[in-house]
Amino acid sequence: MKRKNRILTVLVFLLFVCIAVYELFPLIFLFVGSIKDQTELFTNGMSLTITKETLRLQNYLDLFMYNSGMYVKWFMNSFLLTVIYTVGGLVLSSLVGYGIGGYQFKGKNVVFVLVLIVMMIPLEIIVLPLYKLITNMGIIDTYAGVILPFVVNCTAIFFFRQFVDGLPKEFQEAGRMDGCTELGLFVKIVVPLMKPAFGAMCILLAMYEWNSFMWPLIVMRSNEHFTLTVGIASLINPYTANYTIMLTGSVVAILPILVLFLCNQQFFIAGLTSGGVKG
Amino acid sequence: MKTKKRSSFSRLAYSKKLAPYLFILPFVIAFCVFFAYPIMETFSMSFQKVINLNTGRFVGFKNYARLDNAHFFNALKTSTIYTLCMVCIMLIMPITLAVFLNSKMLKLKNFFRSVIFIPALVSTISAGIAFRLIFGDTDIGFVNSIIVKLGGEPIQWKMGYATGIFIMVILASWREMGINMIYCLSALQTISAELYESAEMDGANKFQQFVFITIPQVKPIIIYVLTLTIINGYRMFTEGYVYWNETNPGDNGLTIVRYIYNQAFQKNDMGLGSAIGVVLLLIILVINLIQLKGFGMFDKEDR
Repeated sequence: MKRKNRILTVLVFLLFVCIAVYELFPLIFLFVGSIKDQTELFTNGMSLTITKETLRLQNYLDLFMYNSGMYVKWFMNSFLLTVIYTVGGLVLSSLVGYGIGGYQFKGKNVVFVLVLIVMMIPLEIIVLPLYKLITNMGIIDTYAGVILPFVVNCTAIFFFRQFVDGLPKEFQEAGRMDGCTELGLFVKIVVPLMKPAFGAMCILLAMYEWNSFMWPLIVMRSNEHFTLTVGIASLINPYTANYTIMLTGSVVAILPILVLFLCNQQFFIAGLTSGGVKG
Repeated sequence: MKTKKRSSFSRLAYSKKLAPYLFILPFVIAFCVFFAYPIMETFSMSFQKVINLNTGRFVGFKNYARLDNAHFFNALKTSTIYTLCMVCIMLIMPITLAVFLNSKMLKLKNFFRSVIFIPALVSTISAGIAFRLIFGDTDIGFVNSIIVKLGGEPIQWKMGYATGIFIMVILASWREMGINMIYCLSALQTISAELYESAEMDGANKFQQFVFITIPQVKPIIIYVLTLTIINGYRMFTEGYVYWNETNPGDNGLTIVRYIYNQAFQKNDMGLGSAIGVVLLLIILVINLIQLKGFGMFDKEDR
């Protein structure tokens, strides 16, 4: 019995090693490809071997020089969009979440059901009328066009609402006795209490925006307004293969997130599993 | 803090009645402008021949009649097969991995948990670039080079229908396995050890414990994972786009959402695109209704 258990333990361990290799392989592959000479890619294909002759770190310099700094522009677009979207989303969604969770008012349940309905319906269904709306508002090909329709994020509202629901309600009365306005109550008392929720939602919203693809693809029309995902996808072209830019570009898009994750794993796991996010 | 002067402004600021309405105002505006209105507009446009963005002519059910074409049924079929494959994988793998991660059997648990989670951080586009090269069509593509070495014929992954589905499923499941595993793991961790202890005293073996304790306890989370997988499956777009970004030869990678995209932005046919959108809405509603009806009160609160 003991022996059988030990064999099973080894088998399970091997299974996990295989899965870990499988999950890491494409990323390692991407990285190795990104520091290789492009002609090597074409003659010998992609492999994990790398020699002194085929090593070419200059690929990363080329990336930043590409099309007079186009990649840098894409990176900045993604970065700024992510910051604006995350900050805006946190402020608005936490206000709404607190409004629903912290008060008794007429229509409270209706609003909550509407939040749930929006969570259930994927944006892909309304993408055409939204495109029409954004065009008519004159904010096609702008940051506002990308951010505005989704900045009030219902997953975040739901999460904040649940969090407020779990707080003891005495703090509200105590704050009112001290002469707080209702907004002051929120800013001074509720926000500090909701810190863990803000952490998780910060990750959720930031990852959502950083990795989002379809909506920026539709809104951003000119090359210098592309986000990283849209820009990298625009390089995919069977005729003029720009493999090094594609590979290095993908690595640079992943690396910041990976570093942040390794420093703060629990936060990321809590944030990303709170909404079943899909980029 | 301002003094408590009872001006009309400060009365508003202190009003407990008014405050919640002000707090929910951003949602109400966003809901009306960016959700309710576009939903109605989808229905309205689906009955129109949209000539340019703001002028259309009502044509009754013509757009819906035009859905009776081979491409649309291919898109429906592709999305459905893709979703079924994803459901099979997500039904088995995440819970299996989570059970081992939660047991005493496995060493280096935290390491494995992090590694399996990492792909969730990567955008589908970046990951897709890697998968495109791994499944390259020529015989120097990574998988093909192995096949050639083993004496086989290189496979044109992006050209065949079945291989096309396969490379989309492998990309999506690679990304989504970790996140679903964490859902299952967090559900497993809430099961009290006492349940297992008493089962052990009654003489239940590990397998019986798994079937009679673990499965019923994690049922809600598995249903959640499945619903998420089905909805994500039917709304899939990027996994197909990253392989076939310009055209869809033989309708490969043509999913429902891709069909909407192609009609609207390549063929300039917003009317037909909207009609497909309405069909997708119905599919999603049916899935949600089955979930809500079949499992009663289950919602995200149970997590």
